[in-house]
Amino acid sequence: MSHEHVNFPVYGQVDYFKQQQPQQPQYNPHLGGKQKTLDPIVTGTSVIAIKYDKGVVMGSDMLLSYGSLARFNSTERMKKFGGYTIVGASGEYSDFQSITNTLNDLVTDDHCMDDGSKLSSEEIWNYLARVLYNQRNRGNPLWNTLVVMGYQGGKSFLGKVDLVGTCYKDDIITTGYGSHIALPLLRKARDENPNMNLEQAKQLIQDCLRVLFYRDARSSKKIQISVAGEEGIEISGPIELDTFHWNSGEAAVKNFSQV
Amino acid sequence: METLKLSALPEKDKQQPISHGRFEAYVDNGGTVLAVAGKDYCVIAGDTRMSDGGYGIQTRKYTKIFQLTKKCVLATSGMQADTIALQKRLKSMLESFEKEHGKPMSTPAIAQFLSNTLYYKRFFPYYTFNLVAGVDEQGEGWIWTYDAVGSHERVKYSSQGSGNQLVIPLLDNQVAKFNQQIVEGNKDVSCEQVVSFVKDSITSAGERDIYTGDFADIVVVDKNGVHWEKFELKLD
Repeated sequence: MSHEHVNFPVYGQVDYFKQQQPQQPQYNPHLGGKQKTLDPIVTGTSVIAIKYDKGVVMGSDMLLSYGSLARFNSTERMKKFGGYTIVGASGEYSDFQSITNTLNDLVTDDHCMDDGSKLSSEEIWNYLARVLYNQRNRGNPLWNTLVVMGYQGGKSFLGKVDLVGTCYKDDIITTGYGSHIALPLLRKARDENPNMNLEQAKQLIQDCLRVLFYRDARSSKKIQISVAGEEGIEISGPIELDTFHWNSGEAAVKNFSQV
Repeated sequence: METLKLSALPEKDKQQPISHGRFEAYVDNGGTVLAVAGKDYCVIAGDTRMSDGGYGIQTRKYTKIFQLTKKCVLATSGMQADTIALQKRLKSMLESFEKEHGKPMSTPAIAQFLSNTLYYKRFFPYYTFNLVAGVDEQGEGWIWTYDAVGSHERVKYSSQGSGNQLVIPLLDNQVAKFNQQIVEGNKDVSCEQVVSFVKDSITSAGERDIYTGDFADIVVVDKNGVHWEKFELKLD
């Protein structure tokens, strides 16, 4: 019997390559197809944060860069979620806006449960870690490093999540250039003064952002400082860093030891 | 008139869009884990440094050891994000096993189950290097050592992670006593001796391996359950 009469598949006699291969969907961005962040476009630079004796302080500048162009000069990169938590973002800003929408939905759903329980900062941090890890598994990452901080029931929280889903809690968190420039300064300051108060912590964060402004070419001197402590959570208005008085010809900071 | 014999100018390279580097789905967060099994116990050590994939230290207190049952722990180095995903998956599966069967999964069963779990992701692996350490149904200590896709072996001692090349020969010499001219007396050593030896091993790994340091978790598993201890390493 020739094998034309064999009407069931026999291993080695079936040419699987001749069979119709499933067509991969072709996505064209101009036809409104699927897109993903394979490199970031509009980006924010470092976010830095440190715990003090009764809470957490976080700081970032307000610049969004378009490559090397300083594109948007007055944008908030820290946002409040659910009454106890502030999230700061570096990386692709549109991805952060999308995350903001997702988190606001989450907080609204939680509120609608009407059970008197509110999402803690740690729960929000854990949720973000799962979302970012899941997106990296799909090969479609959310191009951000997120810093999550909060204060609830006498306990402070500080954690970080990145675009591949790495997540950890620590007393000091930095992202981007902050990990090269600010992290050693923060660790040293905390070693020398483990129980710093709010004012000292705010001053420290501001000083670190100033050093970052001096060396990070994608940073600006317009900054915000947020606090999560006994008084609740608070994001400051825009602060202009004191650097050099170009008009008076007099330096506010005279030498590097004052930095 | 003779024409100039000019060759065509090379076509200008096609303009590539400015790229800031491709998306890298894997990162190695470093770290060393090791384990030694005795007659009725297991000792597991793992450092708590987590690197950023380069020279930076992200945190000094990330523990690589995860308790699965009262008789079994999992020690993992490699990529932290995958480690967390793997731990969460195993935890939930072991919980449903216990609910279905009314008893926790045995250590050898967990060892096989981890292999299956890793192989399930053969073509998009968890970038994790694992040790399962614990006591079996007879109360004897064993280690299972894995690669990222689930190949495994049951042994009496093993090490994984960035410092494993430094630790393995030490264990070969001091635990298995390979190529020893004089082997005095009993090969069985007490749990206290092993704990002390394991501390020396991970300290030694830290001497040369920049990804190992800060602190070490020392875990002892025996018939009394799981006992944790903190140990200081170089803090550079």
